[in-house]
Amino acid sequence: MNRINNKFKELKEKHQAALVGFVTAGDPDIKTSQKIIKTMCDRGVDILELGVPFSDPTADGPVIQRSSTRALKHGVYLKDVIEMTRELRKTSQVPVILFSYYNPIMSYGTKAFYKDAMNAGADGLLVVDLPSEEANELISSWNADEFAFIRLVAPTTPKERMARITANASGFLYLVSKTGVTGSDGLDTTDISQHTDLLRSVTDLPICVGFGISTPEHVNTISAFADGVVIGSAFERMIEENLDSPDLPAMMGAMTAEFKEATMLAS
Amino acid sequence: MQMKNKYEDKSENRYDINRFPNENGHFGPYGGRYVAETLMPALIELEDAFHKFVPDPAFQAEFKELLKNYTGRPTPLFYAERLSRHLNGARIYLKREDLTHTGAHKINNTLGQTLLARWMGKKKIIAETGAGQHGVATATTAAYFGMECKIFMGVEDIRRQAPNVHRMKLLGAEVVPVDSGTGTLKDAMNEAIRYWVAEVRDTYYVIGSVAGPHPYPHMVREFQKVIGEETYSQILDEAGRLPNLLVACVGGGSNAMGLFYPFLNEPVDMLGAEAAGFGIATGKHAATLCAGTLGVLHGSKSYLLQDEFGQIKEAHSVSAGLDYPGVGPEHALLKDFKRVSYVAIDDNQALEAFHLLCRKEGIIPALESAHAVAAAMIEATKRPAEEIIVVNLSGRGDKDLGIVTST
Repeated sequence: MNRINNKFKELKEKHQAALVGFVTAGDPDIKTSQKIIKTMCDRGVDILELGVPFSDPTADGPVIQRSSTRALKHGVYLKDVIEMTRELRKTSQVPVILFSYYNPIMSYGTKAFYKDAMNAGADGLLVVDLPSEEANELISSWNADEFAFIRLVAPTTPKERMARITANASGFLYLVSKTGVTGSDGLDTTDISQHTDLLRSVTDLPICVGFGISTPEHVNTISAFADGVVIGSAFERMIEENLDSPDLPAMMGAMTAEFKEATMLAS
Repeated sequence: MQMKNKYEDKSENRYDINRFPNENGHFGPYGGRYVAETLMPALIELEDAFHKFVPDPAFQAEFKELLKNYTGRPTPLFYAERLSRHLNGARIYLKREDLTHTGAHKINNTLGQTLLARWMGKKKIIAETGAGQHGVATATTAAYFGMECKIFMGVEDIRRQAPNVHRMKLLGAEVVPVDSGTGTLKDAMNEAIRYWVAEVRDTYYVIGSVAGPHPYPHMVREFQKVIGEETYSQILDEAGRLPNLLVACVGGGSNAMGLFYPFLNEPVDMLGAEAAGFGIATGKHAATLCAGTLGVLHGSKSYLLQDEFGQIKEAHSVSAGLDYPGVGPEHALLKDFKRVSYVAIDDNQALEAFHLLCRKEGIIPALESAHAVAAAMIEATKRPAEEIIVVNLSGRGDKDLGIVTST
């Protein structure tokens, strides 16, 4: 039943970290995007993060901002992202997390969202601009075992706050690698490792690290101490550079396989 | 008037100024902190510093001294006798925020926040700006305190408001052009937030309105309430009684909150003038409270201009300072309580009021403030000569000459 927990259990036995792959749903268009996510799931993504396009993505760098703009140009909204999840679920059991800003969810209706997303086969939600102080209005009626609310922990989060955030968490924790937006450079893996340790001291949940991780080398290094690595902007850059290529889904598949390889640890 | 009784109402329906915001920064269902986790510790630090430093007598002494001798406060409360006579109705008084240093009320807030940033030991200041008034005010106070300053401004606004761009540069600020979205205020604020997320450890973000995440709506109200406090004692001196009606324009809503707040517990009517742009029916407007819906943008929950899918729409107004698709959360609550009424004034009405004030009183108002003047003119003609209306003339119109002469 719980695809996320089972996935981490399975990966642990195989001595692998999770490859969490992010793409903006509907980029560059719904049809191609559907092919891309299917290929990514087939080629080794352990958890799929589907980005819900939003007009004002304040936590995202230019690459993901542009991906959102492209998807919106094609009229891709939350309802379509839920439909894409339903379509994917017909052929894949890879856990799907929807990645959104809060406003599209409010606009959809928080109760309707929970019901529809779960029925479509999504496994959880991550809301970039909904910190734990405000989250109750959304999740108070959720069953966390069925539908996870993925909590973010930042490099600026002090330990006591980490403990409060993780107290009600489910699924896994998303550790933001550094201060800044998605896709920015200046990754400091020593720093990330220390923050992972600190977070590990207050929780037993799996920890996935994201923001600015763009090479298999990064992935390999981080896989040694974290339970998962999130790749987003690197995938989106590939989409952006090959918008008109009929081979785009295959290229995304190959890229996924390369990143997945890097999560496998010598045991 | 039929509204008289509401001031005697002591029940839950009465707007109690001590109840809002609550400890999490909520104004009833509005407000809050809808930001990335990376910023939460900074907002908590800011809130602590705000409660610790601002009430400190040494802080207050420094702030008041600067408001007096640097900003030029108190600003006059001027009886617009010729305008009032022309309208043949209630007496209109103008609170002359246009006479402050830099020419708009914005400086009250930037002085307060920059001073707070110094007390917090921050060395760098950032701000967003639309028309450039908040950017100029921030660049001014940053120059005064010798702090490094970056102003985020949309490329479209940089084009429309070139004189203010030059001012900011003269004052030593770096103007960062923002070309995402449509290159206006909303996008400038998005980019300022992105920069702040990256540089949050040593950078103070001066938000220019009673919008954004907690504690900004509370804090900006606190630094702007001097407008209403002065008005309160000035009108008692001048007329021996409180006014019947206060009028201010509302974009984010800081000059309106500043004027209204000290009067909220008094039997005084209040009116906020939003920008109706080409008219609400055209969809090209900035009348968030009059025609918007509930949502979350730039860190707080309030009314927004958005489509049915929760995507933010562009605002439209002849006045760049009102050209914003959100509004401060406290205004949303004041609307719910019916404590303040909100009307929408379109571009033509604002321009008419602009010209009338120029001709009748020899005062060139900012186009933002002209919306308030227009709303007050409508009210004045409905009210008898014994009644008093105070309009917040929030800024001067020099910056708008190019727009006014081309329309």
